[in-house]
Parts: sequence; C-alpha cells; structure tokens
Amino acid sequence: MESKSRRWFLGRGALGAMWSAALVACRAKPDAAPAEPRALGAAVSPYGSRSKFEKTTRFFNQNTKVPLEEASSRTPLHDTYGIITPSSLHFERHHSGVPEIDPATHTLTIHGLVDRPLAFAVADLKRMPSISRIHFLECSGNSSSEWRGGGAETDVQRSHGLTSCSEWTGVSVALLLNECGVQPAATWALAEGADACKLSRSIPIKKLMDDAFIAYAQNGEPLRPEQGYPMRLFLPGWEGNSNVKWLRRLKLMDQPAMSREETSKYTDLMPDGTARQFTFDMEPKSLITRPSGGDTLPGPGLYELTGIAWSGRGAIASVEITMDGGNTWQPAELQSPVLPKAHTRFRWTWKWDGKEALFASRCTDETGYTQPPLPQLVEIRGLNSNYHNNGIQAWKITADGKITNGNRA
Amino acid sequence: MAIALERLAILTLVLCSASLSGERSLVAQSPTYGVGRPPTAEELKAIDIEVTPDGKGLRPGSSTAAAGKEVYTRRCETCHGPTGTEGPQDVLAGGRGSLATSRPLKTVGSYWPYATTLWDYINRAMPFDHPGTMTTDEIYGVTAYVLYLNGIVKEQDVVSQTTLPRITMPNRDGFVVDPRPDIPILRKKKP
Repeated sequence: MESKSRRWFLGRGALGAMWSAALVACRAKPDAAPAEPRALGAAVSPYGSRSKFEKTTRFFNQNTKVPLEEASSRTPLHDTYGIITPSSLHFERHHSGVPEIDPATHTLTIHGLVDRPLAFAVADLKRMPSISRIHFLECSGNSSSEWRGGGAETDVQRSHGLTSCSEWTGVSVALLLNECGVQPAATWALAEGADACKLSRSIPIKKLMDDAFIAYAQNGEPLRPEQGYPMRLFLPGWEGNSNVKWLRRLKLMDQPAMSREETSKYTDLMPDGTARQFTFDMEPKSLITRPSGGDTLPGPGLYELTGIAWSGRGAIASVEITMDGGNTWQPAELQSPVLPKAHTRFRWTWKWDGKEALFASRCTDETGYTQPPLPQLVEIRGLNSNYHNNGIQAWKITADGKITNGNRA
Repeated sequence: MAIALERLAILTLVLCSASLSGERSLVAQSPTYGVGRPPTAEELKAIDIEVTPDGKGLRPGSSTAAAGKEVYTRRCETCHGPTGTEGPQDVLAGGRGSLATSRPLKTVGSYWPYATTLWDYINRAMPFDHPGTMTTDEIYGVTAYVLYLNGIVKEQDVVSQTTLPRITMPNRDGFVVDPRPDIPILRKKKP
C-alpha cells in the first residue's frame, strides 16, 4: 500500500502543455482593442445570453464507450466566480438522458405508508409555502480519479468539476409528508424519477423530515431540464445521486428498496472486500480553483489565490493555505456569505517568489472535522474506494510558472 | 312558460356547478393547504414498480436460464457480451473473489447483494435504449440467465416471483454500515 501511494508523488510529464499554450495565446494581445463603438448596440431581447467573447463551457469526455445519455459534464470551476454556479454551467450526471417533461402532466405522488396518498401537480407545490436555500450539489464520484493518482485530469474542471452551487427554491418535504400523514412504521422512502431508467434511491425518513425539499426552481427560474425539470428531490449536503431528478414519487416504506444505484453503485469498496453502504453526506472539502492546474503565471509577484470550500455537515469554519507542501498552514479569508452546506469562497494573497512550490488548501467545518491529506484516506479506505474522496488537492508550480496537478508531484 | 324554462335552465346550471364544486372538494385532500388529489388506482399501478429484497413488488411470472438465453442474445448481448464478461458496458459475470484484490471486478455475481435488485433494474431500466419493452416472463428469463452466467442458478432452475427472493447472492453479507467520519476529528481551540 505504502509503495503504491508513493507513486502519486512521482512526476508525470507535461499533460498541461496544450492548456498553457492556450493561456499564453489568450494573453497575447497584438492590437489594442478598438475604442468604444459609436454605432448603436443590440436591442432588448427576451432571454439573455452571455458575451460572445466568453467561451467557457462544461467539459465532457466524448471519446468513451459510455453513451452520452449516461455521462457527466463538469463545471469550469477555474472560470466561475463567487459561490453561485450559473445554471447553464451546473454539472450534469444522467443515467438515461434528460427527459422532456410537460409540467402540466407531471405529478409527484406520495404513497405507501401514509394515511392519505396524494398526487401533487407543479402548480400545487407553487401554492404552498416556499423556501429558498443556497446549497452545493456534489457527485460522490467527484475527484474519484485522484484516488489512483489521476489520469489526464491536470485541471480543476476535470478533477473536481462535479460540484456546483445554486439557490434552490421549493417546498419542504416534511410539510408535504405531514399533509399525507406518515405512519409510524415508515422508516425509509423510495424516491423515483420519471426519466427512462426510473432512477430510484432509498432515503431515510429522518433526512426527509429534517431539511429535504422538493425543488422546482434554481437560481431564480424554473429548474433546467438537466437539473430535473419540473421538480427534483433536494437533500442538502448529500451525495448528488440521492437528489433524484424529475421526481415522480416518494413511497414511504419500512425498509430500503436496495435499488441498483444504492447497492452495485455508490457503495465504497474497502481493502478487505467489504463495501460501505448508504454513504450519504459529503465530507468537508476545499480546493484552490485559481490559479490551478493548467494555468501559467507570467512571473513572480502578487496574485490573488482563490477557491471554494464546502461541507455536507454544516458551515465552513476556516480554510488554510499551504505553500510548502503541507509543512506550514496560514489562514485564508472567507468571503461572506458563509452558509451551511454551500460553497464558500475563500481568498489569499500570494506573493510568488518564482520558485517551485507545492500549494493546497484545507478546510475545517463547524463540526471540527479538518479535510485530510488524500494518503490518510487511502490508508483507511484503500485504492478501490471510488466515491466520496474529500482529500486535499495539491497544485505544483515550477519556476517557469506552469501549474500542474500536485497530487502527482 | 319562457320564464319557467329560463328558471329551469338556471337551476340546472346551479345544480351542475354545485356537483362540480362538490367533486372538487372531494378531490383536494391535502388537509392544510387543500391541494393535491388522491392518485387513481391505475396511476399507482403504473408507477408502483419497485421490488424489495423480500420479493414484494415482483409480478407473477417465471422462466429459466435456458429460455432466457434467447432473450439475452436478442436484447442484452450487444452491450454486455455473449457471456456477460465482454462488455463494452457493465460486466455482469465473473469477478468472484476479486473484491479484496488490487483489481476488483464488481459484477452481479461478485458484488450485488440481492437477486431481486437484478429483476427490479432490468424491469425499470433495461434494455438501455428501450426500457420497459420486455414482457414479465422475458425479464424472469434474462434475470435467470445472468444468474446462470454467474453460477448462481442452473440452466433449468425455475426463477419466479416465489423462488427469486429465496436466492442468496454470494456477496449478501459484503456490506457494512458507513462509519464516517473515519479519521480523527481534532476540534480546534478557539484563539
């Protein structure tokens, strides 16, 4: 085990070369920009779009055997700002494509161990008391490639782009369940989507009665189809897959259904061959998003170093930065708002001396848990535990200003 | 006469709207907010599809691996290979004894704790591009064949709503409760 984990720290060539070239090309400005135009600009428009000069997109690998209907696309964390991810750049993970659902025909049925089974239309939910919450959503497979030292993931989008943060609006599940009258025998609920594979996950009733809600809006407008339009289950702080999209029913039960997604997938294989099951909450995690892998700094000097931190168990209490491979740590500044189970933006002013350095962030949440070095997790969970990696992500800068994945440095 | 007819028409209108609103009040059942409606039996039947490890939810039917092989070849082989080991999509068979090695192979036979999950998943999600197009007996047949490929049932064993929940999968006891946090929590002293 020890010798294997050491492999991560061996150098692995310059996979970021293309990226760096692109960055240099972007910065080369041969001609001065034209003065502000005197001609009229564009007229008002019914639905906004970004400047044609902005090109950042979600990343997805198109050269795999995986059909794109069950693939994932990743948020460009290096090129998003503050704590809110634009809905158009929110990561995606589907299991059988994005269904097109007419909200006029869609209902959420709550049944099983309840006194009054009820079907709620979207309009019904919108009549009920609404809540808006800013929460991250992270796929439990986010940064899984780092367990074994990573593949071609030299930049933060590819390694960590399966987390995003939005303001979600909807109705408390507890309120809906109380309207239906939950029977004492109910301990779990099966949440099932209306997509082609009818994706299903079992959720403990305790979570549903705590802070779960049915979201019908995201960042001020109805959910995007990729995010579950017209409604999805939202479980603050819990692994993305359990936040079932295109939700069509919640069935109150006295046991988990043991669906495919909660047995053969999303379970964490340990070194002794057993697997952890129902690993729901996403543990405290942070990373530096800018500058990060793929960037090239033009030379020594002052740089703002920024990133995000989040915890599925509450609010972030502190973030620390190391510039010397973890020997010493200094506090970063947290930017408000600092919200529970939400991305939290941190900043740190870095005076780069032009020398090689291994730099990283680590966070501590309000429960006192401090984000561990990845080898500490590997020591306990082995190399086969694909999901729920919340280890420290290191970046390495070399004297030429190039930044690469420091987990392999 | 004309007035009487008019009155009759009005009365009819009133009665109609009364019965409509009567129906409405029966329909809205959420006690506090008066929204939602009871799902019809047909609606529930269409969506109430999950199968639990005790076999609840299995539709009546049966088949064998011998019979299911033809269905598998027609509906499953393209993605999962002739013997469930070739891919290109999820490998279904083999991998027994590999979970604690450096190259674990998670398959139905090596990893899945319940046979009912296999039926449930094929019923709800397979084939990938045409879910919901196999008959109940075809689903039992494909389930039996995948179990057969893993050496869990014999070719002629009848797999049915009665026998399927009785099958003990090899990795039935392979799952443990999540113990996280699994590293020490060092609560920091406030400065």
